[in-house]
Amino acid sequence: MELTGLFFYLVSILIAGGIYSLLCLGLNIQWGMGGVFNAGIAGFFATGAYASAILTTSTSAKHIGGFDLPVLAGLLGAGIISGCVGWAVAKICIRLKSDYLAMASIGIAEILRLVIVNESWLTNGSLGLSGVPRPFAGLASGRTADIVFLVFIWVIVIAVFFFSQRLYDSPWGRSLRAIRDNEQSASAAGKDVEKFRIQTFAIGCAIMGIAGGLSAHYFRFLSPSATDPLLVTFLVWVMLIAGGSGNNRGAIVGALSIWFLWSVTEIFTNRLPPEWITRSSFVRMLLVGLLLQYVLQRFRAGIIPEKAPKLRYSEEE
Amino acid sequence: MIEFINFYLVPGFAIGSVYALGAVGISMIFGILRFAHFAHGDLMTVGVYGVFAATVVFPVNPFLLVPVGMALAIFAALFVDKVFYQPLRKLPTIYTVISSFGVALIFRSLIQIIGGSENRVFGSGIRPPLILFDTFRLSSLHVQAVTTTAVIAVVLHIFLSKSMTGRSMRAVADDPELAQISGLDTEKVVRWTWIIGAALAAIAGVFAGLDTSAHPNLGWNLLLPMFAAAILGGIGKPMGAMAGGFIIGLAEELSSYHWIGESALISPSYKTAVAFVIMIALLIFKPQGLFKGRLL
Repeated sequence: MELTGLFFYLVSILIAGGIYSLLCLGLNIQWGMGGVFNAGIAGFFATGAYASAILTTSTSAKHIGGFDLPVLAGLLGAGIISGCVGWAVAKICIRLKSDYLAMASIGIAEILRLVIVNESWLTNGSLGLSGVPRPFAGLASGRTADIVFLVFIWVIVIAVFFFSQRLYDSPWGRSLRAIRDNEQSASAAGKDVEKFRIQTFAIGCAIMGIAGGLSAHYFRFLSPSATDPLLVTFLVWVMLIAGGSGNNRGAIVGALSIWFLWSVTEIFTNRLPPEWITRSSFVRMLLVGLLLQYVLQRFRAGIIPEKAPKLRYSEEE
Repeated sequence: MIEFINFYLVPGFAIGSVYALGAVGISMIFGILRFAHFAHGDLMTVGVYGVFAATVVFPVNPFLLVPVGMALAIFAALFVDKVFYQPLRKLPTIYTVISSFGVALIFRSLIQIIGGSENRVFGSGIRPPLILFDTFRLSSLHVQAVTTTAVIAVVLHIFLSKSMTGRSMRAVADDPELAQISGLDTEKVVRWTWIIGAALAAIAGVFAGLDTSAHPNLGWNLLLPMFAAAILGGIGKPMGAMAGGFIIGLAEELSSYHWIGESALISPSYKTAVAFVIMIALLIFKPQGLFKGRLL
């Protein structure tokens, strides 16, 4: 009994780890490959979550639609809508230098959050959306359904991983890295810097939107509190930098290892005296903040550093 | 008209003075250290909780204990600069920006661990308003906030234009290399930037905390309007940041006045979005701000 409990605990960690891996892969395309700073991950995650939830739930009087579409269509819609929002944001803000882009992207994420909380005709406000369906719900019931979902989510993670790998090696990805490393020379070589940046931002946002959609389907319920910028934006940044920005494997390893640390420390903090339990999540946040400082100063390349292919056909590590 | 002044104009100036005091620090740090300090809001919260802790020990008027909060904020700022920001100074500034995100998180979680996450109210709940000419009902706190900010603006202006330290600060903000080869002590300038920025942040935080209540997210929620104010005033222009703070505060409050017809122009629940929209529009169309600041 103890063992099955442990097994399903592991399953739940890996499901959340898969969602974080997607967010990290999306951020890796933006920051790791393109050098575009996005501090509004939570906003795009929320957009995707709400898009997918609204597309797939059954008709409801409390919010717009309920279009009753299949989950895959919902996820596709989440990707497209988040990508379009990202494209529009990038179109406006991409010329800004990194510090300013950080402020603008937080501002946009906050505006998206305010829209979600206030426009109840669209999102049912703070009451949230319930009855978000799971994919392949007919295959299994009860706890076994989590295993089906685990497989589903990791199929998507692996697909996105191969897509990102392909992007990294493609002429598009090489131009992008050239822009990241030296904007002037790339521009002198005839690359349209702004266009590449807008594309990289939109693609990254689309992946974050899919991650958001998946989280809505996993929890079957969605409310504005699910998109806490601390857990969605900060943690993803720490994961990517610790894992190795610029490296897709690093992004996944970073997401899984940080998420594992985050979850395992919860077990220990739950054994603290009761007056400390309520504060335990803050202790973990403090540790994440300190970990980020350590990584930035001592360990900037990450667990799996970026390794650009020397020759086109050389074996990659 | 009276309603407009009592419930929109005066609160606009009051929140504007909070933004103004916070934005001065952001603008000076951005101008001198060249990075956007995302932990500035949480530095305010540190100051507020410093004052709060002091009121528990010495039960006197919280205004008398503001220096305790200022000292705590200054210590925190100098400490994180030494330990976290200085080692990254040679790298592209974006690493310092990321680091300051982490510092914001560290400040906030420390406050939550030590002070708890519930709202805290200073002193007795109800303060009677000042009534002038039987029509104007002003909260005495709002009057104090605006006057204090005005006094600080004058003192700061004199400091920056007359004192040796203040003038070296402006020199470093204008051209750091030239300032260094002219023999200015840049480390001293950096130290003074943190001291002034943190002290003003603590004062701003206390006004914000006294107006409603103190909670761990107090400063973080004020951060973006303060950035908007700093950009509006022009980066590296402390007096511009002051003006920017009042403009942003007034814009937020006045946007929910019923200018046309009966209902509010913009729903009050979108009040905070006003500052973000101004900030984003400024970043795109006029990133140097109203007073010809630097574009870094």
